[in-house]
Amino acid sequence: MPRVRIKHKRIELDSKYMLLILSCVCILLMILTFSTDLVVKPLSFVSGYLVVPFENGIESVGSYLAQRAEDLKDLKVVLEQNKALQDEVDALKTENSNLIQDKYELNELRQLYGLGEKYSGYDTIGARVIAKDAGNWFSIFTINKGENDGVRKNMNVIAGAGLVGIVTDVGPNWACVRSIIDDASNVSAQVLSTSDNLMVTGDLLLLNKGQIRFSQLVDENNRVAQGDVLVTSDISDKYLPGINIGYISSIENDNNNLTKSGTITPSVDFNHIDIVLVIKELKNETIKLDGNEDK
Amino acid sequence: MKRVLVHFILIIICFIIQSTLLRGIQLGPVVPNLVLMIVSCFGFMRGKREGLLVGFFSGLLLDVFYGGGILGAYALIYMMVGYMNGFFNRIFYPEDIKLPIFFVGFSGIIYSSVIYVFMFLLRRRFDVFAYVKQVAIPEIVYTVLATLVLYRPVLYINSLLEEDERKTEVIFS
Repeated sequence: MPRVRIKHKRIELDSKYMLLILSCVCILLMILTFSTDLVVKPLSFVSGYLVVPFENGIESVGSYLAQRAEDLKDLKVVLEQNKALQDEVDALKTENSNLIQDKYELNELRQLYGLGEKYSGYDTIGARVIAKDAGNWFSIFTINKGENDGVRKNMNVIAGAGLVGIVTDVGPNWACVRSIIDDASNVSAQVLSTSDNLMVTGDLLLLNKGQIRFSQLVDENNRVAQGDVLVTSDISDKYLPGINIGYISSIENDNNNLTKSGTITPSVDFNHIDIVLVIKELKNETIKLDGNEDK
Repeated sequence: MKRVLVHFILIIICFIIQSTLLRGIQLGPVVPNLVLMIVSCFGFMRGKREGLLVGFFSGLLLDVFYGGGILGAYALIYMMVGYMNGFFNRIFYPEDIKLPIFFVGFSGIIYSSVIYVFMFLLRRRFDVFAYVKQVAIPEIVYTVLATLVLYRPVLYINSLLEEDERKTEVIFS
């Protein structure tokens, strides 16, 4: 049957040329996606509906099982902790009433200054972490909220009390978050007590110890000390100001004797992030809004 | 056609397992790189051509989710790994498990060094040995261990496909 045979014989590209062509495709893609986001959109759309539902399912089953196992293990510990916590609650109650008094005072003073509560109430949306980066070199994770829920690129992500990271990629029903402990992450921050600016950079080698690195701190009078709180600074172009990052855990002079660097203990436990909050406000937009108000 | 579909499903399964399930039971901060394993396996089992295709598409999948908005970087790396493994196709012998382990280990070394050089060294992270000790070696060891477990199933799937293809060929010729 010669006819069928002809049908089977296709023109086969040699693998060498194929490699060359696909390499060019890759490089072209890199250049194209670096400047525009034309190609990413359809691809992320398709893969979003292909992969994310499975990840969602596995994650919910997995977290359910992990939760049950954890529950049993924790019960004993919890009973002990309960006792200790009860004492702490009593102490904190007293402290709290003092703080509430302080808060009223603060509000009054703020009104006097005309600052208002500009940054205290962000509009946030809760999301579940469904998958972590497939490799071991970066700390990126996927959350189950995307464009359909109003998540946009460059939105800040927080969990509990502190900054987790920033949205780098958005699909219809998923978004990719680069955490601040990622090696490629840079956050402009400031020391809360002295308002000195510094850079917070993730470090893969410090990941095991649960620490991140900071540098470029100019502090001539040695006012910054261990235990000082760091927040995101006003001069960052992507991060909203005043979000807690962590505490300084070690500090040392740089070789140039002008700046200091050291390590930070982040206020978020990155090993156990489960649910995060995405702040639905972009830094650029806030600035724009403020400008309009002035006019 | 059947083969394309099966490869596609295998890649997706590995990707999902790696980014969800294995994170739950990970030892330390490192997980085995199953996607790399599958690319390497198809490279030496099926030759350069399929190795580079499987590598390209699984890399593209990783790019879409974890490329940070830039497509093509992982696709290029995984494609190279798949292609290089295609050279081993000539000395590959299905019943022997030692060689695949060597091939996967070799792929791990290539992958880790490329990632380190292009994504860390170029950003002035000079501490090579610390990265090797803390990330590269655990990753390669875990991936090789995963290969020990998963090599037989993958081989079985491949042999089923090959048998199927032989049958269709007999019918058509």
